[in-house]
Amino acid sequence: MISTALFFAIACVTVSILLSLARLLLGPSSGDRILALDTMVINAIALIILFCIQERSDTYFEAALLLAMVGFVSTVAYCKFVLRGDIVE
Amino acid sequence: MNPLIEGIIAGLLVLGGSFTLIGSWGLVRLPSLMTRLHGPTKATTLGVGSCLVASMIFFPAAGLGFTAHELMITLFLFITAPISAHMIAKSHIHRQGHRLDPNPADGIREALPPTGGPTDWATYWQGGEGTPLVVSDADQPPREQSDGRG
Repeated sequence: MISTALFFAIACVTVSILLSLARLLLGPSSGDRILALDTMVINAIALIILFCIQERSDTYFEAALLLAMVGFVSTVAYCKFVLRGDIVE
Repeated sequence: MNPLIEGIIAGLLVLGGSFTLIGSWGLVRLPSLMTRLHGPTKATTLGVGSCLVASMIFFPAAGLGFTAHELMITLFLFITAPISAHMIAKSHIHRQGHRLDPNPADGIREALPPTGGPTDWATYWQGGEGTPLVVSDADQPPREQSDGRG
C-alpha cells in the first residue's frame, strides 16, 4: 500500500516541478519567475523526502534541510534585488 | 508494520502529492501574480508538510528510529513560506506600481499610497552611495525603465 502511495506522490511532485518550470519559462514578470523558482525548491524538498521513504534511509534529510534554508535565502535575495537594486546595502 | 499505521502513511502521502500538484496547477492556471501566490504558499507548503508527517510516522514504524530532521524542515518551511510570499508580493507591488512589466489582470495601477506619517515607505528610502534605487513618486515623475532594474 505504501509503495503505491509513494509512486503516486512521486508522480504528482514530478508533474508539479514540470508545471513550475513552465511558469518559470513563461514568466511574464520577474515576480512570477521568483515564485516559480521558490515552488521548485519546495517541490525538490518533497521529492527528496519521498526518496528517503522509498530508500528507507535518512541520509538525505540533511540535503532537504540545506535546500530549505538556501531556497528561502535565495528567494529573499532575489526579491531584495528586484526591490532595491542591491542585496546588502 | 501495523495495517492501520500503513494506511495512515499511505493516506498522508496521497494527500501530500495531491496538494503539491494542486498548488503547482494553480501557479500555472491563475491569471495574475497576486492570485498565483496562493497556490505555492498554501497548497504546496501543506503538501510538503503532509509528506514530512508521513515520513515522521514511517521511520519509527519501520524500526529505523526517529530523527528530528523532518520536524526541523517542517518548522523551517512553515516559518519561511509566508515571509518569502510577503517579499514577492512587495516587490511585485513595487514593480507594477511603477509600470514595470505591467499585467492588467492584477488590478494594480498605482504604487503604495502615501503613509500619512512623517516618513515615506522604507522601500523608497534613499540607500547608501552607489546603490541604484527607485525614488518616491511623491516628488518625482514616474521614471522611464532603462536598465531592467526596479
